[in-house]
Amino acid sequence: MSAPAMVARCAAQRLATRTQPRAFNLRSFRTVTPAVRSPLSQSRSYVSVSARKCAEVEDVNRKIETQEVIRQTGMNPSGIDMGNGIHADAMMSPQAGILKQATVMDQGARPIYMDMQATTPTDPRVLDAMLPFYTGLYGNPHSRTHAYGWETEKAVDEAREHIANLIGADPKEIIFTSGATESNNMSIKGVARFYKSKKKHIITSQTEHKCVLDSCRHLQEEGFDVTYLPVMSNGLIDLEELKASIRPDTALVSIMSVNNEIGVIQPMEEIGKICKANKIYFHTDAAQAVGKIPVDVNKWGIDLMSISGHKIYGPKGIGACYVRRRPRVRIEPLISGGGQERGLRSGTLAPALVIGMGEACRIAQEDLAYDHARVSYLSKRLQDGLLAMEHTTLNGAADARYPGCVNISFAYVEGESLLMALKDIALSSGSACTSASLEPSYVLRALGSSDESAHSSIRFGIGRFTTEEEIDYVLKVVEERVTFLRELSPLWELVQEGVDLNTIQWSGH
Amino acid sequence: MADTATSARTLYRSLLRFSNRFAAYNFREYAKRRTRDAFREHQKVSDVERIRELLAKGQKELRMLQRQTMVSQFFQNDRLVVEGGKSGRQTGNKGDITRTKNTGWD
Repeated sequence: MSAPAMVARCAAQRLATRTQPRAFNLRSFRTVTPAVRSPLSQSRSYVSVSARKCAEVEDVNRKIETQEVIRQTGMNPSGIDMGNGIHADAMMSPQAGILKQATVMDQGARPIYMDMQATTPTDPRVLDAMLPFYTGLYGNPHSRTHAYGWETEKAVDEAREHIANLIGADPKEIIFTSGATESNNMSIKGVARFYKSKKKHIITSQTEHKCVLDSCRHLQEEGFDVTYLPVMSNGLIDLEELKASIRPDTALVSIMSVNNEIGVIQPMEEIGKICKANKIYFHTDAAQAVGKIPVDVNKWGIDLMSISGHKIYGPKGIGACYVRRRPRVRIEPLISGGGQERGLRSGTLAPALVIGMGEACRIAQEDLAYDHARVSYLSKRLQDGLLAMEHTTLNGAADARYPGCVNISFAYVEGESLLMALKDIALSSGSACTSASLEPSYVLRALGSSDESAHSSIRFGIGRFTTEEEIDYVLKVVEERVTFLRELSPLWELVQEGVDLNTIQWSGH
Repeated sequence: MADTATSARTLYRSLLRFSNRFAAYNFREYAKRRTRDAFREHQKVSDVERIRELLAKGQKELRMLQRQTMVSQFFQNDRLVVEGGKSGRQTGNKGDITRTKNTGWD
């Protein structure tokens, strides 16, 4: 007997044995009516919801049959093709087969992901590099006495090298941390506290990430002076203003390379030169920059840099801090302990995460030009489409920006309601850390946008895995729903009539 | 020369075949695009040593794809709204699936 025929027979047998007891029950229930009916009409008049246990796949039956099929045909049911892409194992449990069909027929319900600044999907290549270290290679990289430790240590060192290569540093200058937040804390607090006897001043900008601003606020309580540089309306800092705010006791300048909300790239090289001329340490939060734009710590003149793993298609929970060795930057460690990572960050490394991040950096370096070209192409498509709509503006400098972050204001639409209306697209109006509050983004307010404009802004993130189809979908859907929401808005009506909203005297209430 | 051309074609085909097996839409599309672009980029390479290097790299990627597509199939999610239809709802006359709500309006 051929294999498919054999499977079909087995399935038929099993079905027959299963329907028998139910038929018996029916008959015993209907003993009061002596009339003999055809099976067809019987089933028609007694249509009822089948019990849950009848709708489940019976594992016992399935096992018996599988063994039977293997015994008779010598093949595994999953290997026997029944045509139409159905395999024998689906035929042997029809419910499973139907379920399979159902998921195939169904069309998607999952929103598409357009929030690449919050986090990025883990690249399958990264996961592939990590999996061995979650299964067999579980040694502690700091164990020097046995092979388990050595093999992990070797892999960790390779990962360190990949990261160093990506930013043009020496592997010894890379300190692994739990993420960019820890790196930022470590750099800012570490440098400030180490040099606190002589230097008491820190310069940062108003558009920094929350963790930088919060670390600075913390230092203010410890007695440091902090200057929060304002930014120009395009999101860039004014270099003259930076020069003017430098004091003899300035210890550190911390300016992020690529802004997480508006994507502008600060003039790193110029800032680096200013810092060098004044002998000030220069820290940058490059979580959004590394792996996306070319980064070179020597060219930029950077002394400390924060890197995050999950922004470059690596795993979450890992980051790195670049700490320059020549000339040496000394910092006071936040975490004391066994003296791992040059004593700057004690604690056992997470080899799988470290290796995942290393692999992510290797891929990022290899594909930097390819990914950047792709992201630029998609970003242009999205920007052109969105800016073609009426009353939309791009936030941040148009010329100095990372194209993967497109922040657009839709005037006369409330941002949160637009986000609600765009449930089929995973978007955010600002950084993930502040997305829980309804406060307008402090970054956009620092640019000088009005509260309304800051409220109606949405950030679109484009990454390695974004497709053209997704961009087209976003364009279509955003246009549809912005138009819909504007139609509801009385303000929009006034605007259409040509009334300048600033001239209206709103009555007090 | 003809030998490397054949093995390159075989590699290309298997890479595309395995790329297609990703359950996740974004990874599937990326893998297909990356394979195509990589082969197109190196179409004109004539240095034998370089060809061998590239083929070895391709083989490594293929093994990774074989493993990762399997992992991807083990952990499937719902399909994305852009997959298989722009509406995110069922089209055609089947009408038997009502799992997806009208997204975005409520």
